[in-house]
Amino acid sequence: MAEKVLMKGNEALAEAALRAGCRFFFGYPITPQTEVAAYMSKRLPQVGGTYLQAESEVAAINMVYGASAAGARVMTSSSSPGISLKSEGISYMAGADLPGVIINIQRGGPGLGGIQPSQSDYWQATRATGHGDFQIFVFAPSTVQEMADCAYEAFDIADRYRIPVMILGDGLLGQMMEPVALPEQRDLSSLPEKPWATSGHRGERAHNVANSLYLTAEELERLNIERYERYQAIKDAEQRCEEYLVDDADIVIVAFGASARVARSAVNAAREQGIRAGLLRPVTLWPFPESAVSAAADSAKALLAVEMNMGQMVDDVRLVANGRVPVEFFGRTGGVIPTPAEVLAKIVEINERSGE
Amino acid sequence: MSKDMQAVFAGFGGQGTLFSGKVVAYAGLIEGREVSWFPSYGPEMRGGTANCSVTVSDSLIGSPLVTEPDAVIAMNQPSFDKFLPMVKKGGIVVADTSMVADLAQREGVRVIGIPATKIAEEAGLKGLANIVLLGRLFAEEPFCSPESLDAALVKCIPPKKAAMLDKNRVAVKLGMES
Amino acid sequence: MSEATAEKLVYERPHALLPVVTNYCPGCPHGIVIRLVAEVLDELGVEGEAVGVAPVGCAVMAYDFFGCDMIEAAHGRAPAVATGVKRVHPGNVVFAYQGDGDLASIGMAETVHAATRGENITVIFINNAIYGMTGGQMAPTSLPNQVTQTSPYGRDVDTAGYPVRVAELLSSLDGVAYIERVTVDKPASVRKAKKAIRKAFETQIAGRGYSMVEVVSTCPTNWGMTPQDSFEWMRENMLPYYPLGVKKDVVADGFENAAEAALARAAGCPIAQPKGAE
Repeated sequence: MAEKVLMKGNEALAEAALRAGCRFFFGYPITPQTEVAAYMSKRLPQVGGTYLQAESEVAAINMVYGASAAGARVMTSSSSPGISLKSEGISYMAGADLPGVIINIQRGGPGLGGIQPSQSDYWQATRATGHGDFQIFVFAPSTVQEMADCAYEAFDIADRYRIPVMILGDGLLGQMMEPVALPEQRDLSSLPEKPWATSGHRGERAHNVANSLYLTAEELERLNIERYERYQAIKDAEQRCEEYLVDDADIVIVAFGASARVARSAVNAAREQGIRAGLLRPVTLWPFPESAVSAAADSAKALLAVEMNMGQMVDDVRLVANGRVPVEFFGRTGGVIPTPAEVLAKIVEINERSGE
Repeated sequence: MSKDMQAVFAGFGGQGTLFSGKVVAYAGLIEGREVSWFPSYGPEMRGGTANCSVTVSDSLIGSPLVTEPDAVIAMNQPSFDKFLPMVKKGGIVVADTSMVADLAQREGVRVIGIPATKIAEEAGLKGLANIVLLGRLFAEEPFCSPESLDAALVKCIPPKKAAMLDKNRVAVKLGMES
Repeated sequence: MSEATAEKLVYERPHALLPVVTNYCPGCPHGIVIRLVAEVLDELGVEGEAVGVAPVGCAVMAYDFFGCDMIEAAHGRAPAVATGVKRVHPGNVVFAYQGDGDLASIGMAETVHAATRGENITVIFINNAIYGMTGGQMAPTSLPNQVTQTSPYGRDVDTAGYPVRVAELLSSLDGVAYIERVTVDKPASVRKAKKAIRKAFETQIAGRGYSMVEVVSTCPTNWGMTPQDSFEWMRENMLPYYPLGVKKDVVADGFENAAEAALARAAGCPIAQPKGAE
């Protein structure tokens, strides 16, 4: 294993993307993700890559669309308000079955909101990163190491399934430093072939077309159904989550990203008080780890979603639990980071209620 | 093994609080411990309390945001005033009295003032008050071994600025002896 | 073809134009311009290296017409998409084919910035002063007092503002190597237009910088005129507002490329000089 270095989440993510073979980055400055762009602007020219600061988030995602259609491993990054602007291009990428990696280092919203860490783009990431029938793959790292690991793997997932992949971080994970062991540089000649790429047919094949327009309803329906069959394969193969003290837990917290870090501290504190609490941490938000949450719904007395928003992922927990077990919610919003004591108080409250 | 420490390094932007925090985090990393470093960011940086939270621990770190520090280094009055009430009982505050005129006391908290800016300037170490204060904190609460602290300085000072390494070493010593 | 027949082929479908039926209305000049682009791709022998970007608007289906690799872009984003392709494959010949709503309204930011970056791409711009695909609404290039579906009393410049002269606007930008405005209303104009399109592609292949050809065009269907009357109306009203001709040509100005011309223009600005220069 490589020597551990102390790095910001944003920078570890950027370096890992580079090592995954990403040689093209199109972005636009916005707090708290700017280090990703700044790091890429420094490093990409050193390895023969291209960094381009676009005139807008809209232009940036469409440059990603073009570079991806041309066959490149390509990435863009932003924070919440910028992702709203990118949503148009993400929809087109999904419709044209183009891979690509999109980073969202979330901040509080709606509107201009704030710049402190938030998880209030869960719905946007998992439900509505644009118009139309589609999903994107969503990673939710919880440590700086995972920021790097998810970024490294995101390109493989994107290429394998020809799907946009989002890494849903937040200002806390982006700005903090932790020790990280960086992955090896991928051999660029080993990257997957892309026979569908629009890179010039050289007179050797029929023309390739990257397109999302289908004016015949039946044809568009057929393509959407085919795409959803691919989504089902992703749901079957790629659900990821980490379990911590879940097996004997009466109360299972479901939390991702930064809030999962706080939740873990709260679980430890609850255990010290003799309350059997556990933590289920989704590492993929889409596909949502339905199997693991479903098992917890069977084994626990209550589920508790802890989020840095007004309650978004809790919807998915409720859908999976489907009434089998009470599903509670605790959240802080606007950029406020919950404390372990607050989460512990909620655990104690639920424990007392379920003991009645 | 040193005990767990949650610390805040606070001052004006440009005083090097983010750097001294990083040195502590790196020392923990060198000792194979769990560490995290989290900066204030955005407009707050320009408002007088540019700060970072640093945690060094033997167990996994939850939130990297330190809300009840064991130790605070305060390099200006707004930072001192903001963080003194947040320090845990039994905790410590090391303040630069060249910058903090009103060194309030609090029961159960050790408040130590040294004229770090003046000490640094008189020793020809302009800009290293942050490291002088770090040296004093290290003397009071050894959060790592002296070797690890030195190795952390080596890691944190880029090779291009190698000339700064010895100056930092002197600053640590001055702080410890202050 | 057997030599024995001794036939002389005077006209055939360009290789870069696929044998498909286009979606254009009868009398629409799009078909002429699409063909000219295909002819130029053939003559320069670059179909295999070419990647075209289609817009949203009447030319949206252009990805089915050209034989080269094609990408369909979101409305107005063709220059950004073309930028992405060109940055990945600088050796490819990359062009965007756009209408006035796509290029000069919803995509104006992408247009201006691709041009000012000196993005080494070619843009073919069809300006017919109306939104054709959606049924004849006011365009950014609709003329003052021009009646459209969304300017039923005529374009009122007090409320709707003035049309954009795209070729002139972009010519002020340092990244631009070549811009010419042409039309295709008669055989001589068509020949001139083809020459301009060829020059634009040659500009790109020589790496001189951004190139654009604005084609002043018509929309018989939505203007409610015959093709002949449309060209007459265009000559009478559009050409005075959108005068034909070369708007910028850095080579004619004595420079090798847009970068050299930009440097000369910034001669008095020390920081803009090349690194390491005296």
